[in-house]
Amino acid sequence: MRRPGKLITRNSLNITFNRRTMLIGGAQGLLGTVLAGRMAYISIVENERYKMLSESNRVNLTLIPPRRGWIIDRHGKPLANNKADFRVDLIPQRVRDVDTTISQLGTILRMTPDEIDDLRVAMKDARGLQPVPVAAGLTWEDFATLSVRLPDLPGVAPQRGFSRQYPTGAAVGHLLGYVGIANAEEYEQSKNPLLITPGFKIGKDGLEKYYEERLEGKPGARKVEVTARGKIVRELGVKEDVPGKPLKLTIDGGLQEFVARRMGRESGAAVVIDCQTGGILAFSSMPSFDPNSFSDGIGRLEYAMMSQDERVPLLNKATRGLYPPGSTLKPMAAVACLQNGVDPEETVNCPGGYRLGNRFYQCLGRHGPVNMTRAIEKSCNTYFYAQAHRLGYDKIAMVAREMGLGEEFDLAGLNQRYGTIPDSEWKMRKYKQGWTASDSLNAVIGQGYVIVNPLQLAVMTARLASGRKLYPHLIPNDKIAPTLPFSPEHLAIAQQGMAQVVSQGTAARSKLPLDGIAMAGKTGTAQVRGFGSGSRGGAGVPWKYRDHGLFVCFAPVEQPLYAAAVVIEHGLGGSRAAAPVAKDFMTYMFDPQKAMDSLLALEAGWGGNIAERMASEFASFRARAEGLVPEAPAEGEAD
Amino acid sequence: MLSIVPRPIADLPWRAITLLLLIAGLGVIVLYSAAGGNASPWALSHAIRFSVLFTVALVMSRLPLSWYRHLAFPAYGVAIIMVLLTELVGHVAGGAQSWLDLGIIRLQPSELAKPALVLALARFYELVPPSEVRKLGGIWPPVIMILVPTGLVILQPDLGTAITILASGAVAMFLAGTPIRLFAIGGLAGVVSVPLLLIYGFDHWRNRAMTFLDPASDPLGAGYHITQSKIAIGSGGIFGKGFLNGTQVHLNYLPEGHTDFVFALIAEEFGLAGGLFLIVGFILLTWWGLGVALAATERFQRIAAATLATTVFIYVAINLLMVMGLAPVIGIPLPLISHGGSSMMTVMICMGMLMAIDRNNRQSGSSAGRVVS
Repeated sequence: MRRPGKLITRNSLNITFNRRTMLIGGAQGLLGTVLAGRMAYISIVENERYKMLSESNRVNLTLIPPRRGWIIDRHGKPLANNKADFRVDLIPQRVRDVDTTISQLGTILRMTPDEIDDLRVAMKDARGLQPVPVAAGLTWEDFATLSVRLPDLPGVAPQRGFSRQYPTGAAVGHLLGYVGIANAEEYEQSKNPLLITPGFKIGKDGLEKYYEERLEGKPGARKVEVTARGKIVRELGVKEDVPGKPLKLTIDGGLQEFVARRMGRESGAAVVIDCQTGGILAFSSMPSFDPNSFSDGIGRLEYAMMSQDERVPLLNKATRGLYPPGSTLKPMAAVACLQNGVDPEETVNCPGGYRLGNRFYQCLGRHGPVNMTRAIEKSCNTYFYAQAHRLGYDKIAMVAREMGLGEEFDLAGLNQRYGTIPDSEWKMRKYKQGWTASDSLNAVIGQGYVIVNPLQLAVMTARLASGRKLYPHLIPNDKIAPTLPFSPEHLAIAQQGMAQVVSQGTAARSKLPLDGIAMAGKTGTAQVRGFGSGSRGGAGVPWKYRDHGLFVCFAPVEQPLYAAAVVIEHGLGGSRAAAPVAKDFMTYMFDPQKAMDSLLALEAGWGGNIAERMASEFASFRARAEGLVPEAPAEGEAD
Repeated sequence: MLSIVPRPIADLPWRAITLLLLIAGLGVIVLYSAAGGNASPWALSHAIRFSVLFTVALVMSRLPLSWYRHLAFPAYGVAIIMVLLTELVGHVAGGAQSWLDLGIIRLQPSELAKPALVLALARFYELVPPSEVRKLGGIWPPVIMILVPTGLVILQPDLGTAITILASGAVAMFLAGTPIRLFAIGGLAGVVSVPLLLIYGFDHWRNRAMTFLDPASDPLGAGYHITQSKIAIGSGGIFGKGFLNGTQVHLNYLPEGHTDFVFALIAEEFGLAGGLFLIVGFILLTWWGLGVALAATERFQRIAAATLATTVFIYVAINLLMVMGLAPVIGIPLPLISHGGSSMMTVMICMGMLMAIDRNNRQSGSSAGRVVS
């Protein structure tokens, strides 16, 4: 730029100034044009993109969890429905100060110390957007208080919605299962945003899990305008959810609840089957858990109580409890004998036992000469020892399997342990040993290797009573069950024996208190300790060594409508523990009022109904856990 | 001149005044919207502040130019001392501080330093003989005069103000006739020093620079502003979402919607049309200033006017570059629109002096100077 020799004067500086000013003015114009161009580019070319970003800033699309389909009984009565609910969850990613937030929530919602502890533990493992439930079933006041405090509590998500409700609580626990918040793995697998929507729950067990797809429904969506801090400014639109389809069961809700309540403080299982269709009318395993509290996310303390209980409330005993069936298999064995040409009128003398080689197999009494029906009526072991010794157990096992014993049923995903109906081939495979006569003797009275679950016993009874190969099911169907390959006369003899059991035999005290309706049944007492140990499991031994009480039955005798099996764990005996339960629920099927009256009288003595007893048990467990003076459960509490 | 309008009124620089009123009026409207449709807390105080400073500018326009000439160096000295004082007070109080609490108002002396520096440089070039302008003796004093306030402001640390001071000074030197190769060397030095500043520089500059280079790297941190600002501008389209309908600011996605990022709100609510209106308005205002400079005869007036006009433009340009994601976020407000007193004060002082020079131009020549548009 320097022009050597050129004189720099005022005038030349003026010219330079003018030129450079024009240059700067031009540069400014150019820069202005660049800015205008840039702006035009952003707002015209990229307009769509930024509009979308602006909308996604402004509009918050929240899924509305669909209402779950109801689960209803055969009469349309709800076993599981939904109740309007105020709930609150924590979204881990959005919580700023976990401790402060939890302690504030604890104060606002008046949470107990163990609930607060549970929440802390849950938050420790929580990640991302997976909601952690804090509380459900809030009162309107608490919900309102919380909503007002929201700006100070980031990550706290109160919501009004619907939550699953099981009106009969523990009575349907093992049947229906429960629902719960999807866990991290479940979300990772499907990446479905619905799974991390606060308030959304999936079936976690039982029918709730098996029929998840049907019950789930389609989520709705709520479009709201939100500020950067997540405060809702206004609602822009709502698409309603599509509730899941209802699921109708063969269950009779009234009976289901009655059976559960009638089990009382005992541990056991009962299954009632419709003798015309094979549909399951009641399916009970007690004690049970309350699916309502499981679905809200059960507290650690409550869970600890359940897992420590020796009555194993978390086990579904109806399909997963395996028991030696004891004498309940005798009518089935009788059918097997008849099929193999045994004359029902042939008598066997019972001197109080049966000698096999140098061993004497005990009977429960000295029955003298007994024919087949009388042997069933009196539960005479000697008669069946003799028949089993003559026929061999393999022939009886074939009939047992035809009756449904040892079978795993295709039953709505219910987890089953199907036990064992042994035969010589089985023993060889399992123990590499030959079958002995002694094995036959033990098996025929439902001991030894024989082990079954209560559902199988109920199916056996229903088949025996109906003469048809009924298949147990929970969802009504139109299938007609084929007849059993046994002669109706043979079945009639076994049925006759069972009728005598109740009319004049071992379960004579459990006649139905009804005019013109009689029940047929068979008691069973199964030893918990090894049969050969010589020690009986009577009243004098600790609970867990006492004999199981079993009872299978059907009613009415002439035209069977209902068949059932009851197992009372460590109930000492079938006639003592199981038959009275069956008597009462069979009565319920014909005269509900009468049955309910006797149940209420019993519950008064047990310390209330199921919910009341569970609450008082939990209160005393909590007191013990907190190191306070052990508090006796309130005994005489009537409902 | 025969007119029904009295001469003192007719003599006012109506073009500049109209532009000022339009721009500041848009500011009031936008601040009304930024507060969600409320005059408080910003729109009303903005209007009042503008009215006061506009009056000050009108008064300044009637002061004789000799006053500016003689006050140029003292004003520069006072400004430097005040910046230094702020520094010391801030240092004692602990932490960065760029304003001086005078009890009544919070004054940001670094803002005052800008017009003071421009006057002082103009005065210097008036006094220096033409033959010295391109020599060392005519170069080092203005360099020192520029670097002292720039350095002090950098230490505050206020990078935005430092850059505007440096740019204003450079423009004055450029207009005065300093050889262009010196600017080339200076520019090169600047380019080289940027990475060094990034490596050894203060943490928050480095963060800002990194964020500028990759806004998405920190979407909820410093880059958040740029991203949200672009969303606001881009979603506005050609005619905007309408007055009071800008969701980005109203729902707090874009913080500082009433200060540095106010342009985003204009663009969101009034669209490209609103943005172009403002850009054109500022360009016309600046060109008016350059016209005043070209019309002036004295060297002091010429350099002062052109530099003052450019100073206002630098504000606007840096702010818009930043808001549109073309420059790092360095905290420069949009003159006459952003809420806040200091920048408006600087701009109105500049405008007052420009109007004084314009008035002087009209009085000195019978032809009232050349008309340049």
